[in-house]
Amino acid sequence: MTNDTTRDIVLIALFAAIMAVLGVFPPITLPLVGVPITAQSLGVMLAGGILGARRGALAMILFLALVAVGLPLLSGGRGGFAVFLGPSGGFLVGWIVAAFVVGLTIERLWSRLGHVNAFIACVFGGIIVLYAIGIPWIAFAAEISIAQAFVGSMPFIPGDLIKAVIASAVIVTVARSYPIIASP
Amino acid sequence: MLTSDYVPGDSIVHRARPLIKVGLLFLVCTWLFVQEGWPSSTIAGLILAALFAIARIPPTIIVAAIRPALWVLGLIFVAQLFLADWRFAGFVVLRFAVMILAASILTLTTRTSDLVDAIERALSRVLPARSAEAISLALSLCLRFIPRVRGIFEEVKNAQRARGLGTSWRALVTPTIVRALKSADEISRAITARSPETPAGRHVR
Amino acid sequence: MIRLDGVSVRKGDTLILDTISVDLAERRIGIIGPNGSGKSTFARLLNGLEWPTRGSVRVDGAPTDRVSALGKVGFVFQNPDNQIVMPMVDEDLAFGLRKSGLSRSEIGERVEAHLERFGLTHLNERRTHELSGGEKQLIALIGVLVMEPAIIVLDEPTTLLDLRNRRILVALLDQLDQTLIIVSHDLELMASMDRLIWIDEGRIRGDGDAGDIVRAYREAIAAEPC
Repeated sequence: MTNDTTRDIVLIALFAAIMAVLGVFPPITLPLVGVPITAQSLGVMLAGGILGARRGALAMILFLALVAVGLPLLSGGRGGFAVFLGPSGGFLVGWIVAAFVVGLTIERLWSRLGHVNAFIACVFGGIIVLYAIGIPWIAFAAEISIAQAFVGSMPFIPGDLIKAVIASAVIVTVARSYPIIASP
Repeated sequence: MLTSDYVPGDSIVHRARPLIKVGLLFLVCTWLFVQEGWPSSTIAGLILAALFAIARIPPTIIVAAIRPALWVLGLIFVAQLFLADWRFAGFVVLRFAVMILAASILTLTTRTSDLVDAIERALSRVLPARSAEAISLALSLCLRFIPRVRGIFEEVKNAQRARGLGTSWRALVTPTIVRALKSADEISRAITARSPETPAGRHVR
Repeated sequence: MIRLDGVSVRKGDTLILDTISVDLAERRIGIIGPNGSGKSTFARLLNGLEWPTRGSVRVDGAPTDRVSALGKVGFVFQNPDNQIVMPMVDEDLAFGLRKSGLSRSEIGERVEAHLERFGLTHLNERRTHELSGGEKQLIALIGVLVMEPAIIVLDEPTTLLDLRNRRILVALLDQLDQTLIIVSHDLELMASMDRLIWIDEGRIRGDGDAGDIVRAYREAIAAEPC
């Protein structure tokens, strides 16, 4: 193991842990769709936006692996393989891709990173891409149409936009005070 | 949170091979969804109760394991009461409880290291040794970091409060993350310092 | 013995250490100096955590990018929270030995033996994050001792400890047969060393008898304008 891989492993483990800690904040569950609004989707944007695409996605894989083996680290103390089969299962798997896309977008915009660019990255990866994976799964698992699932997911958009605002502010501040993606 | 809540013991539940326990957990949770309804959840709940008894897990610990989820379960129960009926609401909550407790029994009777070792062994059959090692290190580190990040978060929260600053999301998250990143870099150095067999490129920024 | 030969460390435009040559052979060596003097960098050089921009650092003749050199030098960080990497005490103590070629039971025995030596067997099955600050510092030190290094470098080992835990740690350090190189602001501890090196602005400003150096250091600080 060289040092850079050690550092990568530590950072990946750190953000998987940050995801777990964000899970302690109580989720709000909308009964109709059964997809909880959680602080954890903030962690998805942060992992990609702070660690970059590759490490961000690996942090999500690590976190979800711990969830899968049965640790109840998802908000509300949920865990185990079954959560991947529930209505929000598509969103959970989507976290991996979402963190990757947020990270990739931030990396591309790195030299001119500001609040607007970071917000765009968070919305693109953390909302649009995430929903594009999550919605078809709800539709399949709950036996409803994509359109119904889409309408049912709408109530979550305002919350997610707020999270994108918070995440982009944090990403920009961290990029200035303790940059990880392009550290010299 | 069920991190490292290992209760030492010598029962068959403790001694069962970790991967078998993981496999059974997978199967049970999948079964609860495939055969969803009162019967499967009740049967799983009874088997689970028996396993807890065999493993001699004190009731207080079982209660502690489910407590963090209780109010969410309550919320779900009330919501389902309106959407469906009490039978369905009860079933949904029971299934959640059974899943959470099934997950806890794995953690309560399996040492983190044994579980990680088992995963590492399984992975090393399909992955190169170095990747498998890296994965098991990442798993352990994550479990180590969870209380550490919570500690840092609490410190930041108290500091902000002491300075009379509001506890907005941004005011809490940014300093927590910057501190956690600094701590992570120091931990990278410590891992390097504690691994004399890896001399290449030791000096970290 | 550790030998530094014309060692400079430069980071960006800052010269952190400036052509330092010194032999470290005494059993108890203290390093003092103000914040930012370069003494932490000095300590990190000894374990290969820093690499000299110029010059060389050798442990018994081997440069610090060799396993043979690194195996001889253990390093204890200031904050044990950043040194303890595993969730359980016994797992953490075994961490450094995981690639030592020892079997699991041999590793377990060695960990037990070290805990027993310092009367800390009761900590073996504890979770590391639940330990007190003093216990964490001791576990961080034992995690290095199980590697059986000939030399141990400690970076500010007493800074985060209360008086009682400081006493326990100092008593424990006294029992060790290893060569100790201690970086510290703890002048009482520093005065008890066999030799003291005072680093200021990247250079050695004083080197010799601990009592003399501590006195000179105090006077120099007192003479500085505030």
